[in-house]
Amino acid sequence: MNLFRNAVFTAAIAGLFAGLVMTALQTYATVPLILQAETFEGAGMTGHDHGSAAVAAEAESEPTAAAHGHGGEAWAPADGFERFAFTALANIVTGIGFALVLVAASEFAGGIAGWRQGVFWGFAGFAIFTLAPGLGLPPELPAMPAADLMDRQVWWLGTVAATAAGLALIAFRGTAVISLIGVALIVVPHVLGAPQPASHESPVPAELHRQFVVAVTVTNLIFWVLLGGVVGMVRQHFIGAAANPSKSFA
Amino acid sequence: MMNTVSASLGAGTSTASRAIQLGAVALLGLFVVGFVGFSHAEIVHNAGHDYRHSMAFPCH
Repeated sequence: MNLFRNAVFTAAIAGLFAGLVMTALQTYATVPLILQAETFEGAGMTGHDHGSAAVAAEAESEPTAAAHGHGGEAWAPADGFERFAFTALANIVTGIGFALVLVAASEFAGGIAGWRQGVFWGFAGFAIFTLAPGLGLPPELPAMPAADLMDRQVWWLGTVAATAAGLALIAFRGTAVISLIGVALIVVPHVLGAPQPASHESPVPAELHRQFVVAVTVTNLIFWVLLGGVVGMVRQHFIGAAANPSKSFA
Repeated sequence: MMNTVSASLGAGTSTASRAIQLGAVALLGLFVVGFVGFSHAEIVHNAGHDYRHSMAFPCH
């Protein structure tokens, strides 16, 4: 038995499938809105990168910030097929990455018994990686003002970690007190609050942003449900069969 | 590297080696997602630009 290899194999199949579906969904639902928002870049007073206040504030600490867009001199995929191909690649590669995390977490918890249980693991992934961070930092379009990138990444990662830990405490540690601690862990990042830009004024129409928030949230929900469901299905056929003799799973 | 480690463990995988292997699986996944979604390298950002926006990762 080779747990590491089987887990990676399972994750690769699920990630490849969910990543491909996600790419198709994004091509239809989110990328057109991103392209539309890019037409507003440079039209507003904030420019592409950060709110003007944020840019001024971090000019000293992060000299590359002003050039951190696709307008700079760094390589960027050409619009059209090349750009699409890199989006697809990113979806597949991170689909496998998310699947690795999901497989590892679920095996620690005893393994997923089938596709239906996998779907619930997918819902957990959606809550942890999309819903929770999206409450404080809603999906944003190009040309929208935002707080310092590093601050937002730190809050995002902290919220994901706290939500995951909170859900795990509620799901796997029976007592009421520990479940309450789990709820507190989920709530705390939102009490602290996500880093916000000095002003939310943006050249991007609010309606375009609203559509984008819905599109991102729904596509991510489909992605996670598929990812969890396929992991549950694939695991049963591959890892499950391999592990049965030693009964080390489930 | 991880493959050689786990392959030598044979069929009777212990609880500790299970934990190590699963930990390695999780770390690998987090590293992959972190690199594609969070790297500040401009080339990585540009390549994954539409992806990062579509996943609601902090971007720009």
